[in-house]
Amino acid sequence: MTDLGGIGVEHFLVVGAILFVLGVLGIFINRKNVIVILMSVELILLAVNINLVAFSAFMNDLTGQIFAMLVLTVAAAEAAIGLAILVIYFRNRGTIAVDDVNRMKG
Amino acid sequence: MIQTLAFYLFAGLVIASAVMVIMARNPVHSVLWLILAFFNAAGLMVLVGAEFIAVLLVIVYVGAVAVLFLFVVMMLDIDFAAMRAGFVRNFPLGLAIAAILLAELFLGIGAYNAGGLQLGTPDGANQAAMGASNIEAIGALLYGPYIILFEIAGIILLVAMIGAIVLTHREAKPGARGRQDIGKQISRRPDEATIMKNPESGQGVEL
Repeated sequence: MTDLGGIGVEHFLVVGAILFVLGVLGIFINRKNVIVILMSVELILLAVNINLVAFSAFMNDLTGQIFAMLVLTVAAAEAAIGLAILVIYFRNRGTIAVDDVNRMKG
Repeated sequence: MIQTLAFYLFAGLVIASAVMVIMARNPVHSVLWLILAFFNAAGLMVLVGAEFIAVLLVIVYVGAVAVLFLFVVMMLDIDFAAMRAGFVRNFPLGLAIAAILLAELFLGIGAYNAGGLQLGTPDGANQAAMGASNIEAIGALLYGPYIILFEIAGIILLVAMIGAIVLTHREAKPGARGRQDIGKQISRRPDEATIMKNPESGQGVEL
């Protein structure tokens, strides 16, 4: 780990925390728009990745970077499946508003 | 000095673009801000020496996920203005919950800095692997102790790919041009698909 001129792991943790909270806030304030909700989930996963990589670098343990790659894998798979479901839902119903998704309520 | 400057530049830009992702009126703009956020996060990772993850972030997120989002946003014909209707109503509640969450996370970071829990030795077990080349070290680790995780990640991606294809694939109507009948295709035999002719010179061939 090279010296980053006074930047410690906590600086990265703060960035990760702020990104995570922004992702959660995005889910709350865009409650009707599934696409923006999916993007917010991507932001949350990015925050997790920043934390993992920061700890990996500052603790001299590469395992964190392996885990970041697995998170990346799951994020990509989740985006693909989520958007595919969105596309067929729009094809069948003509809308993707979250409030209209109530078919399985019974 | 330059590292400090670079950190605050990347960190500030990643947070600013994350704010724009959730605030933008147009989802296309949201996707574009998301791309900027990913680029700056990659910059943060280069800063701590994780080049491979940084490049992976750009390739996977910017090259695949963001483009996927862009395609879907542009493909679906949706009245996004109507979707913003609940924005103002949901804003105070969301902000309150976000403030609580942020306070909790800062509390956690403060507790970590106080050194309460010892989760592992700061100079980890894989210190030797952290050699000159980040990619080499990751490769040794990924194809060594974590080979099972690597294979499982591959299976997850395969399942996701097949799932996305199965979900969105639309069968063409019977008789439509370009419709594939897979059973008919694979049951063809060479002797019914090809004929051998030995035409006389200058006679031409009648099929």
